[in-house]
Amino acid sequence: MSAVVDKAGPMLEALDERLTLANYVKRNLRKVFPDHWTFMLGEVALYSFIILLLSGIYLSLFFKPSMTEVVYNGSYAPLKGLSMSEAYASTLDISFDIRGGLLLRQIHHWAAMLFVASMSIHVMRVFFTGAFRKPREINWSIGVGLLTMGFVEGFAGYSLPDDLLSGTGLRIAEGIMLSVPVVGTYIQFFVFGGEFPGDIFISRLYGVHILLLPGIILLLITAHLMIVWYQKHTQYPGKGRTNDNVVGYPVLPVYAAKAGGFFFVVFGITVLMAGFVTINPIWAYGPYTPDQITAGSQPDWYMGWLEGALRIMPNWETTAWGHTISWNVFIPGGLVMGLVLTAMAIYPMIEAKVTRGYKDQDHDLLDRPRNAPVRTGLGVMSLTFYILLWIGGGNDIIAKFFDLSINQITWTLRFAIFIVPPLAFVATKRACLGLQRKDRDKLLHGRETGTIIRLPDGEFTEVHAPLSEEEKAVILSKTDHIPLEAPAETDANGVALSKRKLKAARRTAHLSRWFYDDNIPKPTPEELAAAEAHILHGYEEGHLVTEHRDSLEPEGGVLHDPNAEPAEPSK
Amino acid sequence: MSDTDNAIAGETGSSTQVVKPPFVANPDLPPHGARRTDVDPKAAKRAEHQVATCFGLSALATVAFCICYVQIPIDAYLPIPFFGAWSASNLALGLTFGLAAFFIGVGAIQWAKKLMFGGEVTQMRHPLASPPEAREEALEQFWAGADESGFAQRKIVRRSLLMAMSLFPIPLIVILRDLGPLPSDSLYTTLWRPGMRVVLDPTEAPVRPSDIPVGGIVSGMPSVLPAVQEEQGTLNARAKDVVILVRLAPEDIKSQQGGTSSQPWDYQGIMCFSKICTHVGCPIALYEQRTHHLLCPCHQSTFDLADSANVVFGPAARRLPQLPITVDAEGFIVAQTAFDQPVGPSFWERA
Repeated sequence: MSAVVDKAGPMLEALDERLTLANYVKRNLRKVFPDHWTFMLGEVALYSFIILLLSGIYLSLFFKPSMTEVVYNGSYAPLKGLSMSEAYASTLDISFDIRGGLLLRQIHHWAAMLFVASMSIHVMRVFFTGAFRKPREINWSIGVGLLTMGFVEGFAGYSLPDDLLSGTGLRIAEGIMLSVPVVGTYIQFFVFGGEFPGDIFISRLYGVHILLLPGIILLLITAHLMIVWYQKHTQYPGKGRTNDNVVGYPVLPVYAAKAGGFFFVVFGITVLMAGFVTINPIWAYGPYTPDQITAGSQPDWYMGWLEGALRIMPNWETTAWGHTISWNVFIPGGLVMGLVLTAMAIYPMIEAKVTRGYKDQDHDLLDRPRNAPVRTGLGVMSLTFYILLWIGGGNDIIAKFFDLSINQITWTLRFAIFIVPPLAFVATKRACLGLQRKDRDKLLHGRETGTIIRLPDGEFTEVHAPLSEEEKAVILSKTDHIPLEAPAETDANGVALSKRKLKAARRTAHLSRWFYDDNIPKPTPEELAAAEAHILHGYEEGHLVTEHRDSLEPEGGVLHDPNAEPAEPSK
Repeated sequence: MSDTDNAIAGETGSSTQVVKPPFVANPDLPPHGARRTDVDPKAAKRAEHQVATCFGLSALATVAFCICYVQIPIDAYLPIPFFGAWSASNLALGLTFGLAAFFIGVGAIQWAKKLMFGGEVTQMRHPLASPPEAREEALEQFWAGADESGFAQRKIVRRSLLMAMSLFPIPLIVILRDLGPLPSDSLYTTLWRPGMRVVLDPTEAPVRPSDIPVGGIVSGMPSVLPAVQEEQGTLNARAKDVVILVRLAPEDIKSQQGGTSSQPWDYQGIMCFSKICTHVGCPIALYEQRTHHLLCPCHQSTFDLADSANVVFGPAARRLPQLPITVDAEGFIVAQTAFDQPVGPSFWERA
């Protein structure tokens, strides 16, 4: 026996006497978590945040967050003798004069990229599977908060070294601050301690980057995880998986080993990337000076969409009554991100409002994206919007690489940003409904076996086999939502509803119809039972035909017509 | 309610509104298939060795990391074909440290997958909502407490407290006042004054018209800038006052922002513009000689220098301010006047 296992008894006893630990341990040590590869995305985000904390602490031991001009005298020859800020010089020292410094810097930056990337994909998974529904709305908004903080924290972090690229990013941030109506100039002067770039901004940003934002993120992550733990994880539909149970592996030992092991895998891959792939080579950019710039300046990837918004915005500016509003900067730089994130944060409320019976139950079984066509469509629409902006952020790179006109790319995007996302919505919704039809078909007619038989009258037909229990369980997990109805003008007691209330309820009903009207309903239990018998019959007969094709005369001549339309109930 | 019943028919769950189709035997899990390691002791032994090997490799990598840290000088570079010179230290430390972590992870996951109990288990969910009695009790507690406090009854206490509390954060905002000076007129002014020489960036040498050939473009700044920068200890002046000098054939100049035929703003086709983009302030650096277009590499705002630096493309709304120039007695280029408008990005107070 291992000493660790042997000592558990006395250890627990000692702790329990002081902290009443046994109750907690007995409830949680063998808690079951469902297994699916998409559940690792949030894990990656958590682990990269831990890596960020550890590597960040190391970097803070050497980084000097100061804009004081010094003359560089370190070991990177090309910049020797140049005057630069202490922040930049100390970043060079970390990269060239401290053993392992470059590695930790690159670990930190790679982990930051991974942090935002995994959060972004995690949020998509949660959205498309409807995991944000009751009871998880609070955790969804915490998640949106984390994503927002991730953007800001990442930007703050790569702005600290005060190199030419990051300084250009700060200059753009300064321009965006100035564009805020009424108070913009004051915001800029207070943030930078005067005119840009001043001599205090880097040390202010440092405090924000290493204390304020990580503190908030840590707080939000803690709440996020505690809620996930307490509410139990959602699971995908399948045989034996219902809205009332959790099927998976216990925390001890399987999850402890798998998730703990996965932390080391993420850590290991991040370190290997830092060892092999250069990221943010600030020595190649040179120190920041506001009168210089390199062509092809690009922010870190997660800022690309905002950069794109700035690039494709038409040059609208209004001057009236002695005041200027830079719509060309304020809309893309100030409003777009705020509006998108707000829309994300409030989306669960909209779905709650238009869904019949939403409040009456918990939603612990995940939706298949096809079964929520409007939600999936809206998600793809937003993604398309995001990707188009992101393309806009790289319009110079694309123009150069593909030898295109930058003006044409920009003009195309100016229109595409309004035209393509709605098209993506329609296409996605149609695709979802098509998949729903296919599911219904499968239930009513069985699975295509690929076995083609020829009937005595010369007709070719395919043998359809019954679905597996697993597949049936997955398809039948679908919820057939019935849209809300507009209320009658009087309530049950004959009292007339106020005009405003009536209008609001009608609007909600309208929206509800938009969400759910096109649903392809599941077969009724009776239809299913009949179909089941039919499929089985056809399948067995089909097999007989294949086995004794010379002797058998099928009854009625037809085994099954794969093109038959399912009887759709009239609306 | 019948609609609702219909709506979630088939959804498996405990709620009374849920109807389970009779033929779906959902509550059974698929049977747990035995793994090879469950039935074949040899396979189990092999898996055990694999796991131990991973942990062993990790330990080796950790030792190797320490050796590399001490042994490899930080300025040693490895010539890697096609990739140039790589820092040997970074490569070795990354490789060893990365593998040390990676192998712990792989070993642990292999252990979980091959050797730990492999069946899925089911736990029931419990309703998150408390029983109604508990809620009622909680509310009663709250009301009892609220009642004892007199919060609802003692209006004047309540209101004065709310007033005090809503005012209390004000100092936390007021105290931020000294984060920076008020803008005053600093965004309107630059270092440029009548007669101030344009000097080259970064050589700080004054410029004669003959230094700039037709089609040429150079970066410049006010001659006092280096001294001001030294004195202020910031790059503020450089962020605002830098200019470009461009020379066009006089017949190519379609228009300028000002000047008369007796006192033009250019000097023999040499024009001076602010280098700071009117969009969000990037220095503008890409000049296309053939079209006289100046392009900002940040967001591609394009200005036609032959036509008053008007915006011909991109998100910038205003042309680049032009600085009227002439030459002084010694033949060096100087400013005729200061800029007639603020340079750089727009702001609310700008008329």
